[in-house]
Amino acid sequence: MKTLVYLEQHGDAVTPASLGVLAKAQSLGGDVAALLAGSGVRALADRLGGVVFVADHALLEAPLPQPRVDVLERLVRDEGFEAVLFAQSVLASDVAAGLAARLDAGLNWDLVDAEVRGGALVGVRPALDDSVYVDVAWATTPALALFRAGAFDAGSGGGASEVREVPIALGERSTRVELVEQAVEESSGPSIQDADVIVAGGRGLGAPDRFELVEELARVLGGAVAATRAVVDAGWYPYAAQVGQTGKTVSPKLYVAIGVSGAVQHKVGMQGSGTVVAINKDPHAPIFEFADLAVVGDLHEIVPKLTELVRARRS
Amino acid sequence: MKVAVCVKAVPSAATGAPLDPQTFRLDRSGDLALSEYDAHAVEEALRVRGDDGEVVVLSLGPERAGEALRKALAMGADRSVLIADAAFEGADLLATSAALAGALAREQAELVLFGQQSPEGNGACLWAAVAERLRLPVVSQVAELAVEEGAVRGKRQTELGYETLRAPLPAVVAVSDAINEPRYPSLKGIMGAKAKPQEVLSAADVGGARDSGTRVLALRPPPPRGERRRVENGSASDAAEAIVQFLVEKRLL
Amino acid sequence: MIRPADYPPPAVDPFGAPTDPEPVEVDVAIVGAGPAGLAAAIRLGQLAPHLSVAVLEKGTAVGSHLLSGAVVRPGPLRELVGDFPSYGEVPGEAVYLLTQRRAVRVPTPPTMRNEGNVVVSLSQLGRWLAERAEAGGATVLPETAAVALLVDDERVVGVRTGDKGRGRDAEETARFEPGSDVRAKVTILAEGTAGHLTGAAVARFGLGGVNAQVWALGVKEVWRVARPLSRVIHTLGWPLRTAARWREFGGSFIYPLGEELVSLGLVVGLDYADAELSVHDLLQSLKLHPLVRELLDGGERVQWGAKTIPEGGFLSLPRRCSAPGLLLCGDAAGFVNVPALKGVHLAVETGRLAAEAAASGELESYDAALRSSWIWAELREVRNVRQAFGHGLWLGGALAGAMTLTRGRFPPRDRRNEPDAAQPVVTGAGRRAPAPDGKLTFDKLSSVFLSGNRTREDQPSHIRIASPVPRELGELWVRMCPAQVYEVGEEHPDGTVDVQVASSNCVQCGAITAKGGRLTPPEGGSGPEYTLT
Repeated sequence: MKTLVYLEQHGDAVTPASLGVLAKAQSLGGDVAALLAGSGVRALADRLGGVVFVADHALLEAPLPQPRVDVLERLVRDEGFEAVLFAQSVLASDVAAGLAARLDAGLNWDLVDAEVRGGALVGVRPALDDSVYVDVAWATTPALALFRAGAFDAGSGGGASEVREVPIALGERSTRVELVEQAVEESSGPSIQDADVIVAGGRGLGAPDRFELVEELARVLGGAVAATRAVVDAGWYPYAAQVGQTGKTVSPKLYVAIGVSGAVQHKVGMQGSGTVVAINKDPHAPIFEFADLAVVGDLHEIVPKLTELVRARRS
Repeated sequence: MKVAVCVKAVPSAATGAPLDPQTFRLDRSGDLALSEYDAHAVEEALRVRGDDGEVVVLSLGPERAGEALRKALAMGADRSVLIADAAFEGADLLATSAALAGALAREQAELVLFGQQSPEGNGACLWAAVAERLRLPVVSQVAELAVEEGAVRGKRQTELGYETLRAPLPAVVAVSDAINEPRYPSLKGIMGAKAKPQEVLSAADVGGARDSGTRVLALRPPPPRGERRRVENGSASDAAEAIVQFLVEKRLL
Repeated sequence: MIRPADYPPPAVDPFGAPTDPEPVEVDVAIVGAGPAGLAAAIRLGQLAPHLSVAVLEKGTAVGSHLLSGAVVRPGPLRELVGDFPSYGEVPGEAVYLLTQRRAVRVPTPPTMRNEGNVVVSLSQLGRWLAERAEAGGATVLPETAAVALLVDDERVVGVRTGDKGRGRDAEETARFEPGSDVRAKVTILAEGTAGHLTGAAVARFGLGGVNAQVWALGVKEVWRVARPLSRVIHTLGWPLRTAARWREFGGSFIYPLGEELVSLGLVVGLDYADAELSVHDLLQSLKLHPLVRELLDGGERVQWGAKTIPEGGFLSLPRRCSAPGLLLCGDAAGFVNVPALKGVHLAVETGRLAAEAAASGELESYDAALRSSWIWAELREVRNVRQAFGHGLWLGGALAGAMTLTRGRFPPRDRRNEPDAAQPVVTGAGRRAPAPDGKLTFDKLSSVFLSGNRTREDQPSHIRIASPVPRELGELWVRMCPAQVYEVGEEHPDGTVDVQVASSNCVQCGAITAKGGRLTPPEGGSGPEYTLT
């Protein structure tokens, strides 16, 4: 199967999520190539290994989808790609959907895995708050697939790439949107609704100022801070951060519960979480029943150490 | 300004929407409500409409979805258009975007708004597909919208931070839930909604029903959560190490 | 030993003059989309389609706040709307007297005979009736709470709906939307049990009956079962105490909803003496009884709910159910046949009669119609049964039996009662609840989740209680409440405690109104979202 992987770059690096999809595509076998579209990205292409199409143009500098759809359409038609794979992001989702409409090609999104069965691509996606998995397929060629960010690890592959320039011919109607201003932010933290990582604090923290522990850990993990109903009621944290039955429902990849006892009300707020790590000094805390990793101990000692270790790893 | 809002009527959370094991479609026999994400889009449309404008809500769904559209009318939208046809059962992105584009072509709105995502869709990006079919510029994830002469300016949130984009009208804009707080319909609004025009279109009215480009093969239970682990009785440093170890294993760090 | 009535809540006065410069105007405003309110709306559509009718419902959707068993006498409903959807006629029935381990079948008391009656989910029936009401021209307005009666010169001229978008401290948030005046020539209150406006109207217009109203708390669950249940079951006895001094009047019901679902619940009078009694937890215990456990084995709990039932019967009915511009019907006025455990047919009939009076323009005719209706005779006949059980299960049962046999002629007097809040409660009775196992038995918070409750947190509390109160009273409320709304907080030097109220847990059952506090309507759309109860 001839596959094209759309790579996204932020700053001067290709995103790990895109590299993960590339590694996955390579593991599926067949003819795999990557596309890097942007301005001044040629250098990034060199180290990726394999065939890398580069579309380098000033009009591709801004992270806008429609010019990229033009590039992809041309490339897919010229090279006869049968599948185009994307790692989900705000930009990639818009590109994939636009391309789907342009080519009248089927698009499956939010995939967490894929395989080739009988020569055809089959994707896997969770549904209904991750309570069920669905096998999905395509009725068109090419098949377009959007994978959940972080679904795959970047491979160790690399090495010299065979770089091919893509001729750029952007339609007028694809370039009407203008980037006026851009501000890359040191995350003041994602909102808890969107966060991939959430660190939640409960009554076990003992006092409102202990929320600093939670905030620090959230910061180094790049996550959002949440609070249980008990703590919000006691006025320790604003209820914008409350997770729990009538607070927000969240489904991050990682949920770290610190000093949270795990009353059902709170549980159902975080039920959709991928992995749950709970730290509590009470060995019988109900939260341990559904934590993937239950840590019984003193959070006041464990959390600072954990924060340090994560910080060290990340830098 | 004439604003069209594309909305989806989704199962009301209370009834829960199981997947039908035979057809693999959402069992939609329960109540349908206006998707919460779309309420933000309706609210934004009402804010930018202006005194002489018009807000039309459009949706693809079963006939029962008319009730959910009435909420948008109660909030202040002027008309609703529902594309209801058996041919659209199980419609995917291609079929849905084609149908909506067909209905929108009839409306010729200056601004087409979408809500951020469909709750059971996770990352659905209908707006980009519709914009493509209508040959209009598209801006998504807009958290702040301003209308200028002949253009819109949108401040959007991405994984990296903020961007401000400018698109000439007509344009398609998808708004994030950070953009506003949807108003509660007033009682007069609710009672007045019944009198507002609610049009129902068939597949023929929107250019036919496209075949879906995707298929569902099977449902299965998710992989088991994996063994649960417990760390106890060690030092705080051991515990912290164990956690890091665990996170690395799970590819979360 | 304390009496909740000694600690009354802050006064509430839900009356006001019309002030809205742009009111909504209708001919008839009906508060409550339950069987009584919807029957009234349907009847108005039949008799007087030219009248504009609005039905205000505080739940998210019609049915969201409807909960019952239910086995319904179909006659009045069939007369009104013809055939209606149900789970079919009662297939068979049995009454058991339970001990902790055994179940002894007893003959079905005549008042509990159910031949010809049908099993329904009241929540589903409500939704169907609402469609009929709308087809007849009524406008049903969910998420709309009526929080005050509009009064002009001692005449009710409509209702005021509640504000939306107020924060915890009643401040106006960005989404604030003030309520509206709904002006109506006739206002029909069909609020259901412990109706806030009804209670206030009865006091204001001097409509109180012979006895105070008293209530029972019913807590129920709907289960998907592995094997169909083939009969309607009622139980008496365990886990309730039979001795008179405990005043634990009640029993359980187990009804099949078709082949796949079972509705089961426990109903206990709120005049109980044991301050530690928790109806929620007793229901969990009940499920451990072999008789019940077997029915639920292999099944799954799919819904939970709680609601009070007015049990004062005939003698607690308002002496008049009408006032200028106002009519009262259904459970809100107390129209329940307690020994038969039936109120839906009475709600439907009173709703119908209220509609007829409203359409005729002569509201006083309503009371006359009630008195000459079969409703009156039916309720009068069983007027003392509930009070008989103040003598405990055995003597009470015997007295009740005698009352039934003599069709209410024995005893000749009317038996008085005490309000629930005036009954003293004692602590230290030492009843233990089983630890929930998460499969058959559950904790309160899990239960509240299964009620579909998604109440918005950031709003003022709708529950009025005195605070601080003696610790025993706080503990009473904590146990009483099936939704874990109350929590005993800080203790003061004088031994009293603050009571914290997690009002967003509230499923609006009404128990607090019976036991010394007051339930008022929260923001429209709050509370449970029942679909199968």
